[in-house]
Amino acid sequence: MSGHSTYEPKNAFTRWLDTRLPILRLSHDTFVDYPTPRNLNYWWTFGGILSLMLGVQIVTGIVLAMHYTPNAKEAFSSVEHIMRDVNYGWLIRYTHANGASMFFIAVYIHMLRSLYYGSYKAPREVLWLLGCVIYLLMMATAFMGYVLPWGQMSFHGAVVITNLLGAFPVIGNTITTLLWGGFAVDNPTLNRFFSLHYLLPFMIAGVVVLHVWALHVTGQNNPTGVDPKSKADVLPFTPYATVKDGFAMVLFLIMYAVFVFYMPDALGHADNYIPANPLVTPAHIVPEWYFLPFYAILRAIPNKLMGVLAMFGSIACLFALPWLDRSRVRSMRYRPMMKVYFLIFVVVCIILGFCGAKLPDDQVIPGLTTVKVMESDLNSYVWLSRVASLYYFVFFLVLMPFVALFEKPLPAPETIATPALSHPAEVPAEAVAAPEKKG
Amino acid sequence: MANTAADAATHTGAGDDPSRRDFIHIAAVAGAAGAGLVTLWPLIGQMAPSADTLALASVEFDLTKVAEGQQVTINWRGKPLFIRNRTPAEIERAVKDDSQPMRDPAPDASRHKPGKAQWLILIGSCTHLGCVPTFGGGEYGGWFCPCHGSVYDTSGRIRKGPAPKNLMLPDYTFLSDTKVKVG
Repeated sequence: MSGHSTYEPKNAFTRWLDTRLPILRLSHDTFVDYPTPRNLNYWWTFGGILSLMLGVQIVTGIVLAMHYTPNAKEAFSSVEHIMRDVNYGWLIRYTHANGASMFFIAVYIHMLRSLYYGSYKAPREVLWLLGCVIYLLMMATAFMGYVLPWGQMSFHGAVVITNLLGAFPVIGNTITTLLWGGFAVDNPTLNRFFSLHYLLPFMIAGVVVLHVWALHVTGQNNPTGVDPKSKADVLPFTPYATVKDGFAMVLFLIMYAVFVFYMPDALGHADNYIPANPLVTPAHIVPEWYFLPFYAILRAIPNKLMGVLAMFGSIACLFALPWLDRSRVRSMRYRPMMKVYFLIFVVVCIILGFCGAKLPDDQVIPGLTTVKVMESDLNSYVWLSRVASLYYFVFFLVLMPFVALFEKPLPAPETIATPALSHPAEVPAEAVAAPEKKG
Repeated sequence: MANTAADAATHTGAGDDPSRRDFIHIAAVAGAAGAGLVTLWPLIGQMAPSADTLALASVEFDLTKVAEGQQVTINWRGKPLFIRNRTPAEIERAVKDDSQPMRDPAPDASRHKPGKAQWLILIGSCTHLGCVPTFGGGEYGGWFCPCHGSVYDTSGRIRKGPAPKNLMLPDYTFLSDTKVKVG
């Protein structure tokens, strides 16, 4: 999509088509001749894996919709009908249900890769923002999809998440009533969630097209964060990136298949095999694993509105990231301080995930009772989530803007090809750069 | 002469008057915006509760089914309704706490009908995020919400945890000493 096209139609038909709809030229320039940095590592294969997962979810989802009944009385039994009676129904449903988890595993790796290698920085801000929009749409789609089986976790998950919006003053109740189509989560809610769950993946596909378009305008970032300067720095997309992406997809599909065939319910919650009952809440209500860190942030704050604002704020930080990071060095390979804070950030996100799965007052160290602060014992998951949530926000709002002021970046190579081809054994001492000069 | 010709050219051509053209532009844009809003109205309006959902059936309930110290949960407008027959000890505890500092202060007397202190009728939906609290948990002798740890006392008032409000009271009337009509 960028630069001069090298496509040459090979026969009479393609020449005829090329002057009428140059779709083969577009495909050629996008997926064959497109120059990719020669040093891309396997963290760069997750974009392809995500496209694959979107395709898998759309295909399996359309098939499931042929057998599912979006009605509060029949939804649960229609899912059991898919599992027991429909030919290969169990396979298609397990592929779809685990596909959501695989989709999120891939997207989290993809996002952390962008974070580490500074792929959100100029000139890729719009690319990053489009990615954030895709992530938001994914969360909405996954949440509504989880409601459709109308089990206990579906129902009460829907109650809790829609009630989040009720926290906003003045307009909160109007929003929840419009969302529910009634005064509680009920049949109208299930119907509209089904409709939107079918719609949103196609909206995601649309934004993915914009995401790829933006990617092809700026070109890919790479592990050094140094822009390609000559032909020596790049390789054509096909065969180099296609084959590497294809190999990564096969490995990813193996892991996916292990879940689908050997532990299909490992990532779900057993309570969702109990039909929804509005009169009884499950003793321990948890969202799907991919929402747990945000759920922990929500519960960390003992005030309804502030908790909801913190949770939405944690996602808003992602949108603001390109303007929060003040360092001119893209890749954290050459940012010795930020690299450490990044690793702590990854650990903190995993800790938040664990906290979200526990009851707030459970003890982190069993048997140890310490002092109570703000109505909760210090040795509790609610306090661990408070500390972890604090780091989450400090990482984006304090470390991102201010570390660059004190950090002395390591020397980055002049070109991508230099280290990729010659592997210099040592860096000359005088090559050490001053802060804020490299990038 | 040339001036006159130029003036004539600008003033005689249909629609060349800037003010008339502006008017047409503004009218067209305003018309399109109005049509857009009118089209949007039913598309958003259909999200609101439908007529059958709004035609809320009220529930009559025979209180003789609930023994002292017991609670019955019924489905009312899609939400659980707690009908609790309180013991004298529970009532005493609730009244004693009237003077305690609370997040959503309300004396126990305002939580039941006059002279019917034993009957506490509440919407069993936690005011935090809508889970159903269970009776008998928490340190105030009332309800405990398993989702995020809100604790309500024997009057259904919020005492601890993230919920902002007391458990809501539905509209209800006593038809007789043993019968209530909710809604």
